Amino acid sequence: MTASPEMLAGWGNTSPSSAVVVHPRTASEVSDALRSGPVIPRGLGRSYGDPAQCAGGTVLSNRTLWHLSPIDPATGLVTAGSGVSLDELLGVAIPAGFFIPVTPGTRQVTIGGAIAADIHGKNHHVDGSFMSHVTSFTLATPQGVAVVTPESDPELFWGTAGAMGLTGVVIEATIQLIPIETGYVTVDTERFDSLDGVMDAMATGDHLYRYSVAWVDCMTSGPRLGRGVLTRGHHAGLEALTPKQARNPLAPPSGSMLTVPFTPPSGLLNRLSIKAFNEAWFRKAPKRRDAEVQSLGTFFHPLDGISMWNRLHGHRGFLQYQFAVDDAHGEVVRSAIEMLSGSDVPSFLAVLKRFGPGNPGPLSFPLEGWTLALDVPVGPSQLPRTLDQLDHLVADAGGRLYLAKDSRLSPELFDVMYPRAIELEHLRQRVDPERVLRSDLSRRLGMD
Amino acid sequence: MQNAFGQPQSVLVLGGTSEISLAIVRRLVADRTRTVILAGRNQTAMGTAAAELKDLGATTVEVVAMEATDPSSAAATIEASFAAAGGQIDLVLVAVGLLGDQSTTEDDPTITTELFTVNLTWPAAALAALRPRLIAQGTGHVAVFSSVAGVRVRRANYSYGATKAGLDALATGFGDSVRSSGIKVQVIRPGFVRTKMTEGLKEAPFTTDLDEAADTIVKGLASSAAVIWSPPVLRAVFLVLRHLPALIWRRMPS
Repeated sequence: MTASPEMLAGWGNTSPSSAVVVHPRTASEVSDALRSGPVIPRGLGRSYGDPAQCAGGTVLSNRTLWHLSPIDPATGLVTAGSGVSLDELLGVAIPAGFFIPVTPGTRQVTIGGAIAADIHGKNHHVDGSFMSHVTSFTLATPQGVAVVTPESDPELFWGTAGAMGLTGVVIEATIQLIPIETGYVTVDTERFDSLDGVMDAMATGDHLYRYSVAWVDCMTSGPRLGRGVLTRGHHAGLEALTPKQARNPLAPPSGSMLTVPFTPPSGLLNRLSIKAFNEAWFRKAPKRRDAEVQSLGTFFHPLDGISMWNRLHGHRGFLQYQFAVDDAHGEVVRSAIEMLSGSDVPSFLAVLKRFGPGNPGPLSFPLEGWTLALDVPVGPSQLPRTLDQLDHLVADAGGRLYLAKDSRLSPELFDVMYPRAIELEHLRQRVDPERVLRSDLSRRLGMD
Repeated sequence: MQNAFGQPQSVLVLGGTSEISLAIVRRLVADRTRTVILAGRNQTAMGTAAAELKDLGATTVEVVAMEATDPSSAAATIEASFAAAGGQIDLVLVAVGLLGDQSTTEDDPTITTELFTVNLTWPAAALAALRPRLIAQGTGHVAVFSSVAGVRVRRANYSYGATKAGLDALATGFGDSVRSSGIKVQVIRPGFVRTKMTEGLKEAPFTTDLDEAADTIVKGLASSAAVIWSPPVLRAVFLVLRHLPALIWRRMPS
């Protein structure tokens, strides 16, 4: 293993720090790296903030923990190394007639990262989060390497879900894939002129769809505040395809077509350009369109077509604010959009989704109700205070922020939003009593 | 740790009774700063400041002894400060300095030596002690108080100006040397600020009060600017003043 200090940042490119990066190939090399800390694992760096950074310590890249078992055609079970990306897994799974049970908005996350962030997708209201489909994983902690299942060690299994790598390093995991007939989705699209319209449609109709997501405009005010486009769908059967599509119904997703080659000045994405983009996007959507057949890539991973798109936000970087509130506090969604549209903070389309219940883990993010996620570039001077106010609104409603996105929450409000974080501390006391596993995020949020 | 907005959680002030630094720290405590280390000479004044910062929400405020006339003590002050902070410091404000009086300084080798020791030699020793610690922690931010007086040295305060010119140059080079290690270094060049330090002195053009200067500097700390001018207009003013012919510059009123 070579050791060289590198600057590492999250996807938002906001607070880089320097660490020695190691590339272990085996569980025993991971164990060696866990002899002294601070250490934290890192996958493809798609978390927006600082969970996969360890200033002055060691960052353990999981990409060299790469192996992939054949998919069992009878059960749909596959065992993948921690460093296998969803993109790489899908490249094998789709042609074999299987799909991953949960996918976020990008295929560029690793299995280890998917577990660490307990990722969710457009089907959380039906299928739950990623960990609900993991049957077992092998975890290296400073206390040793063990195979963990929900039955063998529920505390460690669920405690690892969403714990951002602080309980150990995933070596490999066995995942229950879902069978698909085609690599396509049939999509119903509806456009709404107001937030109420979007939310009503979702609250009353999402249970009829496996996948559902709404894109909401945070930059219009007045009665059209929060206007949005709702897309919902199911995996398409063969009968839905055109003859051309049906000739190769299980084509794997294509790679990136475009790359953002350099970082333009901050400010390229400003109030005016984003407003214009949102307007064009809203007008492009049909009032209503049923049963359109889209490829899995188009439906699930629209931004994967442009690699390094995060550079568009300029050298100051950007952040994503994602929170969850339960059904009784849906009004926080409206308040958040009102606060942002009323400030000078430019925000791209926000993503609104329904959540089902969370998992049993102490750091489970979902709450049965709503989740809203929005990208904002760093720059506007009032942004820090505006988001601090939003934090209070969310915390007062019993809601929480998603740690895979967070880059600026305070330790005080983290404790309010995650009251069961103390259970994670008990677990770390058991598997990592010397706190070898630490990250910039754990230090920032006072989890040490 | 600093967050996405560059807001620090722990701050060390070298020159812990500096009014402008304390005004900055009060603002930082209103955001994410919870640990403050004040290193200075006047224990009573720092004790008062510490109590105020705790009232404002800081959870750990520690006072560390510092003797800026003795550069050989700089390393010990830095070590004690990191220990008091629990090993990690996000932001170091270097705000050690005497203004001095040109007329009593310029003919007195002892006073001149003390001015250079406090304003330049001690901070230089402190930066040297900070450097390996910051590189080891893999993150950090240093902001060094220079002055517009050092941008082009004037007849009226050339001794003070020369100390700041030296410190400004040192801090700039220091910043270049740690940039690739994830350490941000900024030079702060304030103009005339109404404080105890400047009480009774004739005000210069573009004089600001303490709050205005602190607001400007806090905003600058969150930016990626290598130099923070306060007020910002001084950047343009000095672009011109720097190039005035010496014949005119020499006659600039004090």
